[in-house]
Amino acid sequence: MSGMREVTNHHDAERAPELAELHLREKPDGPGAAAMVAAGIGIFVLGLMTVLSEASVPIHDFLERLAFGRGVGPLAGKTIIAVAAWAASWAILGAAWRRKDGNIRGWFAVGLVLGILGALGTFPPFFLLFGE
Amino acid sequence: MELTDRETWTVLHGLVFGTAFLLAFGGGLAGLWSLRPGFLTAAGIRERMRRLYVGTWLMAAVAWATVTSGTWIVYPWYRAKLAAQGAEDFAGCAGAVLPSGTCSPRDFLLSNASGNTHLWHEFGMEWKEHISWAAPLLATAAAFLVSYYGPRLIARPWLRAVTIVMFVGAFGAAVVGGAFGAFLNKVAPII
Repeated sequence: MSGMREVTNHHDAERAPELAELHLREKPDGPGAAAMVAAGIGIFVLGLMTVLSEASVPIHDFLERLAFGRGVGPLAGKTIIAVAAWAASWAILGAAWRRKDGNIRGWFAVGLVLGILGALGTFPPFFLLFGE
Repeated sequence: MELTDRETWTVLHGLVFGTAFLLAFGGGLAGLWSLRPGFLTAAGIRERMRRLYVGTWLMAAVAWATVTSGTWIVYPWYRAKLAAQGAEDFAGCAGAVLPSGTCSPRDFLLSNASGNTHLWHEFGMEWKEHISWAAPLLATAAAFLVSYYGPRLIARPWLRAVTIVMFVGAFGAAVVGGAFGAFLNKVAPII
């Protein structure tokens, strides 16, 4: 379920008459929704990796190997994977929704919840609960 | 007057990029806040949007520069394990009042060699190093929304508010990173 539909008229120039002079074309909300959800996914994956690194020695060691000997430790793997998830999800959702409109408020809520959960995962008193 | 390589990178990471981030945030927030119906003429909107595009993308670029330089250049100096000797993890920090060539900032804080300092690492640094990475993600998303919707944000107050929320979220994540970075650099500077 994408919750997306074909582009509708947003009536921007009716709500703000000064925009009429700018002759703005209609734009779908899909790309905007994709940016919101992808940001939430990126932060969620960052928090998830932080918790998993604490909870599992093999995962910690795998994340540390992604530092390529630069001395960054597991933070390297956590951030590389989070940024990759962010970029990939944005590319995929952006392509899928580029000509679609939809419930952008709902998709923002999804991104917001993911972002809050991710931020919680990066909070030391929380992720240390999972320490071995 | 001179700075070592490490001091130069610390200044770039915390002071130069941080100041640019703050300036871009202040300008961007003011610009976004005033994107309201009836506030601007069409000519004013064109002029305002150009500045807003530059400001928001500058903030995103600076956020990326800050976290990548912090993680890949400065952080390895902070977390180097220099103090371990035999079975003693922090022998190199014995009697230390500051980090040194045998006691990295992380070693120094965890050793409690100069007071009760371990929470600076276990809470401050651990939170800073992770949450700071939310800043470039949110700042980039906010910059994209400003560029994509442009003046249409004037007619859509909810969308403008959401963009401001993401913009301020990026700032909040950077404040955690910046504030703990400043404190940590006072308590255990990178030498």
